[in-house]
Amino acid sequence: MNVRRMLLSLLAPTSAIIFALIVASIALLAVGRNPIDAFSAMWDFATTTTSVASIINRAIPLFIAAVAVAIGFQMGLFNIGVEGQYLIAALFAGWVGGNIGLWQPLHVAVVILVAVFVGAVWAGIAGFLKITRGVHEVISTIMLNFIAYSAIAYFLSNWFRDEPGALNLKTAEFAESGRIPDLNWIFTALGFDAPGGIALQGFLVVAIAIGIFYYMLVKRTRFGFELRASGMNPGAARLSGVAPKKMVLTTMMISGGVAGMVALSTMFGNLYAYTQDFPRNFGFTGIAVALLGRNSAVGMALGALLFGFMERSALILDLEDTPKEVVQIMQGVVVLAVVVAYEVVNRMIERREVKAAADATRSMDIDGVGEEVAV
Amino acid sequence: MTNHLDGGDTLLPDTAEYEPDVDAKPSLLESRALRYTALALAGVLLLSVVQAIAGTTELTSSGTWAAAIRLAVPIMLAGLGGLFSERAGVVNIGLEGMMIAGTWFGAWAGWEFGPWYGVAFGIIGGAIFGLIHAIATVTFAVDHIVSGVAINILAAGVVRFLSVVVYDADSGGGATQSPRIQSQIGTFDVPLLSDAFNWIEDQAIFFLSDLAGLFAGFTTKMSWLTLVALLVIPATWWLLWRTAWGLRLRSCGENPYAAESLGVRVLRMKYYGVVISGALAGLGGAYLVVVQAGIYREGMTAGRGFIGLAALIFGNWFPFGVAAGASVFGYADALSLRQGEAVHALLLVAAIALVLMAVWSVTKGKATGAIIQGVAAAFFLGWYLLTDTVPTEVVAALPYLVTLLVLSLATQRLRMPAADGLRYRKGEAV
Repeated sequence: MNVRRMLLSLLAPTSAIIFALIVASIALLAVGRNPIDAFSAMWDFATTTTSVASIINRAIPLFIAAVAVAIGFQMGLFNIGVEGQYLIAALFAGWVGGNIGLWQPLHVAVVILVAVFVGAVWAGIAGFLKITRGVHEVISTIMLNFIAYSAIAYFLSNWFRDEPGALNLKTAEFAESGRIPDLNWIFTALGFDAPGGIALQGFLVVAIAIGIFYYMLVKRTRFGFELRASGMNPGAARLSGVAPKKMVLTTMMISGGVAGMVALSTMFGNLYAYTQDFPRNFGFTGIAVALLGRNSAVGMALGALLFGFMERSALILDLEDTPKEVVQIMQGVVVLAVVVAYEVVNRMIERREVKAAADATRSMDIDGVGEEVAV
Repeated sequence: MTNHLDGGDTLLPDTAEYEPDVDAKPSLLESRALRYTALALAGVLLLSVVQAIAGTTELTSSGTWAAAIRLAVPIMLAGLGGLFSERAGVVNIGLEGMMIAGTWFGAWAGWEFGPWYGVAFGIIGGAIFGLIHAIATVTFAVDHIVSGVAINILAAGVVRFLSVVVYDADSGGGATQSPRIQSQIGTFDVPLLSDAFNWIEDQAIFFLSDLAGLFAGFTTKMSWLTLVALLVIPATWWLLWRTAWGLRLRSCGENPYAAESLGVRVLRMKYYGVVISGALAGLGGAYLVVVQAGIYREGMTAGRGFIGLAALIFGNWFPFGVAAGASVFGYADALSLRQGEAVHALLLVAAIALVLMAVWSVTKGKATGAIIQGVAAAFFLGWYLLTDTVPTEVVAALPYLVTLLVLSLATQRLRMPAADGLRYRKGEAV
């Protein structure tokens, strides 16, 4: 039974990916390109060590963003504002990190803490508005995104900029102590070529820690239990003593705190500052990854890697004179297809169980009932 | 109305008083309309007062009003789109994506064939994504918000792809924008009225000229498409509240299982609602392109679909309420285009409005509310007095700040359709 359930739950993402490939193929055929050529070029390009490092680098922020979204999802809260939360958190973290010089681990820790704090506060506004004024968090977090963009522009140009008059607005660069060394030695240690021109970001370690934290929080703590209970049956959760308002605020703030760390990998390993052209859209793509991975830590990690793979491998398409934007369609289709597929699979499981239960009761095999209906 | 209780039941002398309840509906509407008109007039009066103090005319000039109308229309269309969908019980976060589709298809067809074709294709583009949302939420019973979020991601990807494919270098477009639409949709002045209102506005009479400015905005150089869009408001009201079809659609949003038991084809009605929703959001997108910008640019919707949703909530899921909400956001948007001093004067508007609210709270005996409002009023007053301009970034954030503010003030006494956002599966009544 367990194996069958696992296969069934794998069925949904697999069929969604296949469906996305079909849609992408149709789009490519429609513009007169050969999809097989395109996909095989993508695969070849994406399986070099350099590409693998790049894929992991791309997956890190997506994974963290997905975790942030998933924490909210667990209790039916939609934090659409991860985008604004991570950007404003990165701005403050970059500003602080560029203006201090400390012992390296402390320096890194301070930057991370600032990011977590700012992200939590920014998300907390939405939580606060929800519990005191009844404003739906979907709308408020989206509005807070736009407000964050403006706030960032204001702070960056008036308060936090490093050199007045410089064309590219940025905060002061991190000192050597505020940088995390890369992990390229892993490749050589495992006997592969070192990635050329790309550094596997050291923040990967933190991302893995976040994944473990998420798993423990949700599955192994009282808070996580209350979180899931509130999501599955708010009424029952309240009756069993969970304070719903406190839950909403805490959950939003934890989600925002995690969101604050989304783009730190870039900051520690690459840019060493918050810059005007700081990478965007991780927040929205993170939602897609959370949906794809069904809020499970492993699932989201795989989803993030899949998206990282798609984005990296798309780079080769331009050289092949094929529009690389087809990958964006694939990402959109995967998300939509996967939620539909999960729904269909769930119904299949449900129907099977109802049928099994009906069969079992008909034959009055009491032992069988217990076995077949067990979830 | 024939009431069977009227005949013999003398124990209910009150029936005479109950009965008008049904007949009184139009008069209730009238009084509500009266109340809102009074409120709007009071708003204009407040703006006039502030203008007199601050020495600007930007808050109520016909130019500002005209811009406010232009900017309110796409938000209103998205909001009315949301109305159709949510009245049928399907939450539509995908409005933004449908609007994006509307902007892209509107710009493409507008460039290729002409502006009215742009409008038509914008509607179709939005409706296609509406259909996808309907398939996911209605047929497959996927969570509405999840599907909506996915629609937004998908729409952004699809239009990006289409841009790359369709626009080559010679066309003047590219991955992130379309070529400019050559011809425009015509505009018209309402004869006599336009001149009259503009003349009154030029006289610079306190309040009266400001009011005339508002009317001048509505009667001068109005695009035919704006007129069409404005007509969608009463059309929506009539369709949803005065036809059997509308009653059926709304019943799906209130209690689909009851509707089902009365023979309403719930799934089909939900499809209608969501597809119309996409079509209207697409029209809003096309309007942005055809009337406002004349070109498609990536990200040009800038969250207007979401603001439309906010307008829907603000308007308590009623068409005229949606229009009112959209006007507030459109006005904020228009001022953000006018820059510096207009927004600076708005600080004073906020301060005075908060003082009035604080006074209201005191009369209602809400001490904490009054204190918070008083402190906020002092903050805005101080800001107004201590500065001469407002940072451009604050100006840019204004529509979103107003949205948050309005929702925080308004959400609690609203009632959304009872079965809005709930998943419905045929024949599964509990």
